Amino acid sequence: MTPLGISACTLTTALGHGRAAHREALLQERSGLAPQSVDGCTLATYAGEVAGLDTPLAGAYARWDCRNHRLARLALGQDGFRAAVRRRREQFGAARVGVFVGTSTAGVQETERAYRERDRATDRLPPWFEHRYTHTAFSVADFVRRELELAGPAVSISTACSSSAKVFAAAARALSSRQCDAAVVGGVDSLCLTTLYGFNSLQLVSAEPCRPADVQRDGLSIGEGAGFALLEQSDAGAWLLGYGESSDAHHMSSPDPLGRGAAAAMRAALARAQLAPAAIDYINLHGTATPANDLAEDRAVCAVFGSETARSSTKGWTGHTLGAAGIVEAVLSLICIEQGLLPRSLNTRTQDPALAGAVLLASRHAPVHRVASNSFGFGGSNCVLVFGDQP
Amino acid sequence: MSGAYVEAIGLVAPGLASWAEARAVLIGDAPFTGGALVAPQPALLPANERRRAPLGVRLALHAAEQALAGADFDADTLAAVFATSDADMDVVHRLCVALAEEGRSVSPTDFHNSVHNAASGYWSIGVQARGPSTTLSAYDFSFSAGLREALTQVSVDGSDVVLVAFDVAPPPPLLASRPVALSAAVALLLRPRPGVRSLARLTLVDDDSTMPTSVESRCHASALEQMRQSSPALRALPLLQCIARRETALVGLRAHDALCFGLRVTPP
Repeated sequence: MTPLGISACTLTTALGHGRAAHREALLQERSGLAPQSVDGCTLATYAGEVAGLDTPLAGAYARWDCRNHRLARLALGQDGFRAAVRRRREQFGAARVGVFVGTSTAGVQETERAYRERDRATDRLPPWFEHRYTHTAFSVADFVRRELELAGPAVSISTACSSSAKVFAAAARALSSRQCDAAVVGGVDSLCLTTLYGFNSLQLVSAEPCRPADVQRDGLSIGEGAGFALLEQSDAGAWLLGYGESSDAHHMSSPDPLGRGAAAAMRAALARAQLAPAAIDYINLHGTATPANDLAEDRAVCAVFGSETARSSTKGWTGHTLGAAGIVEAVLSLICIEQGLLPRSLNTRTQDPALAGAVLLASRHAPVHRVASNSFGFGGSNCVLVFGDQP
Repeated sequence: MSGAYVEAIGLVAPGLASWAEARAVLIGDAPFTGGALVAPQPALLPANERRRAPLGVRLALHAAEQALAGADFDADTLAAVFATSDADMDVVHRLCVALAEEGRSVSPTDFHNSVHNAASGYWSIGVQARGPSTTLSAYDFSFSAGLREALTQVSVDGSDVVLVAFDVAPPPPLLASRPVALSAAVALLLRPRPGVRSLARLTLVDDDSTMPTSVESRCHASALEQMRQSSPALRALPLLQCIARRETALVGLRAHDALCFGLRVTPP
């Protein structure tokens, strides 16, 4: 594929608001995980909660108010992202800038709240409940499109934990077929009872901060996050070089233990980027810290890249931000390129000897020109992105 | 953007059990008498899943298997695009009921079925389809968003793509705030090149000079227009009518509050 320039990008997670906060946290090895304090949740687990989401949306956006859109708005306000989009809107026209946003649960927290407050005699939800503006998956792309005053193609992609990786693929196709001249891609997912209790019901949640690739890993820490990038066919400091998508065709909630689908996505991404595996300096693993994910991913990565390429999961920093994981880890990968940083797998003490690949147990500074970032989701949905500092 | 060829269609809706039945009504050969939805039991699902899988999954897979019936395709490369406003709100309802109770005991099966891409997961397992599969939402305009993505994939990647649009009427507490009255699914098998079975050629028209932004095509017959408005998936009906009648037409589809686009439909 023709490489696409990334002319602006930003992210907001438990590590802070914007890229600088993330750069510092990575360099200082500070985790964003803390004992969860989600409203209505009594689970003993750690979570990556974003600070500063307590102010309701007001005015014309009052009916859109929910944690998910507060997070989206907070993230859009960082790193000059709004100004970068405005310049492209003025240059190309609002209808020529597309919007592709990933989410897994959008504002389902509002529906959870409405069910707690429902009138059990009449089975009615309270009048304040606004499904269209909060819970429905499209509300995320619709909110971002309105906030940025854009009128091009707009869609929410919801493929569980690969959602906001797949937005890069959809946007790349739309740009290459000239349906738009620039594309806002991103992802927004916020903490809610559905995912906390849902993953807990599958016994996939750890009581401790998650420990990817560790011999004693016992599940994930759920996080929340939002991030955005502006893609276009022009010169920029960072580039999307390739993407690869595949399906496991194996099981709804467990990965193929042989990692065949994941490996196929990695190969497809390298093929689009016209790169050999050895050209990749760092692999940002999906690395959820569940026993099954890390084992299957290790098989897949070793099958494609061998065991030596530097690799780590950054979920020990941010938690698993689910539908936002693709964009969060894309922007973290771009920070690693910019800083020449190979970040260690935070919280990992002893690597599981069953994993053949050399996971980074200490951070290192070295030139990082190209990164592959893995995202895998329920339903066997795989997406791999390749980023670089040159087209 | 170059066009794509519709090779086959699948459909299931209340009173219309198959594309063959829908086609007869859309052409005008058969009267539309309405009726209840016959919940399908797709052969693609293992026997123990056919009855218990969520309705949205069963609708989606049944429409898809109609479109794939008799088609020659490669499961390793066939791409899939699933378009649904809210996937299956029965599952969301059960989860939210459970989460409102003390103990918050949710069913693990409901949780994995609650992902927007559940139908895509069951599909890929059933067909052993290992190619790319995406699931997207654009509220009432999810069909048009899915069609745009599917046509784009055919054009950019040159691959065969099955597009599956489905929506399920929500249970009572959610129905008031999400008025989808009908459960239905539509599937199109799209290919980059024409074949002996091709039904139509579709081309996206993004030039807004040919398509005023306010024009969304409707169905002429009131019963069909009511169906169109009662299900995001059945926003496909004006397009399907043109294909059934082998017409040359420009169909208007709404993408969101600020955008309509045109779709040029021509006989193959």
